[in-house]
Amino acid sequence: MTARSVATIGSLVLLCGSVACTNFYEIPIETPIQPKMDVSAFSRVLVAGFIGGGTDDVDANLETVRLLRSQLRTKSTLRVIDAEVLPLAEMARDQAKNGVESPSVSPAGDDQAPASPDQSVQIKNEKDLEKYQGIFADAAFWKKIGEEYQNPLIVTGTVLFTPIQTSGFVPRQVEAYDAMGRRSVTQVRVFMERKGFNLQPQFIFIDGRTGSQLYAEKLQEQRLYPAQQNTPALSSYFELMDQLIPSFLNALSTQKIRGTRVLLK
Amino acid sequence: MGALTAVAPAAYADARSSAKSQVEFGIKVAQNGLWKEAAYRWEKAVQIDPTYSAAWNNLAIAYEHEGKFEEARKAYEKALELDPKSLLIRQNYDLFKEINDRTKRRNDR
Repeated sequence: MTARSVATIGSLVLLCGSVACTNFYEIPIETPIQPKMDVSAFSRVLVAGFIGGGTDDVDANLETVRLLRSQLRTKSTLRVIDAEVLPLAEMARDQAKNGVESPSVSPAGDDQAPASPDQSVQIKNEKDLEKYQGIFADAAFWKKIGEEYQNPLIVTGTVLFTPIQTSGFVPRQVEAYDAMGRRSVTQVRVFMERKGFNLQPQFIFIDGRTGSQLYAEKLQEQRLYPAQQNTPALSSYFELMDQLIPSFLNALSTQKIRGTRVLLK
Repeated sequence: MGALTAVAPAAYADARSSAKSQVEFGIKVAQNGLWKEAAYRWEKAVQIDPTYSAAWNNLAIAYEHEGKFEEARKAYEKALELDPKSLLIRQNYDLFKEINDRTKRRNDR
């Protein structure tokens, strides 16, 4: 009996021992994750707008509103309100300028078109964002919007989408062939320049009946690509949002995580 | 005394055999998507034979599928307590814990 056959038998014995020689059945399961908020009081949702910033390559406000509306249409029971996207950064800037007074909100479509470029707000980082955060605590402002759309659940927040660049050693697998032509793979650490994007959204859920905040969640995700790879900002934005959308949806609807388990006899 | 020792293993064998038929039926119905019925069968199985680790494991899976995470955790831990060497129960429990911990972390944020 060779050493190899002894090892094979040994592993079979071990395997048999580990499952106690009983039958086992792999079965797919869907684990439900309960929503973090109770939205039973609402039948409609308004994704109002976001204070976006970071890069000019992606309109973070517009893209986030579009994406969340389409996700909510297919993956939640709430009816999604189609409305003009609020230029929230400009509104927040006006509010900050005017002190405590709420920025004017007129009925849908009137002066809600995004501001012209010379009026646009430049937000590059978290510090810039902080100046405009006050708008989310302005219950009167949100109540007014709520009244306009018959008291829906309002989704708003901030989206910071910033380019990043880094260099350092990263693990990489290298193939090698010896004199006999045998292939081997070894892991080496190579110095690489990488660039990519960091996405940092904060989703804020507001009760349209009272204007008060119900729930807020801050998320973050980043992707790095080799420096020579030219990844468009918009495609990276969607790639990153794909990772964060389940968590957003789970705030207001049950999500199911698919997996497999082993039933035993 | 001799009669007593002879009766005890027989009673145990009866309980295990009865629990086993519940477990097997539970597996069949779970494979057809009838998880509530499966959970009922496995609950019965652990009542009949509380030392049956496979029944506890299956019950934990059914609870997990129904989103009853606290009950699932207790059932997995019972299964592991009864059969600490089972790699399959350990694997199920690890997968469960991964989801449960992730959910807890998100809720704590």
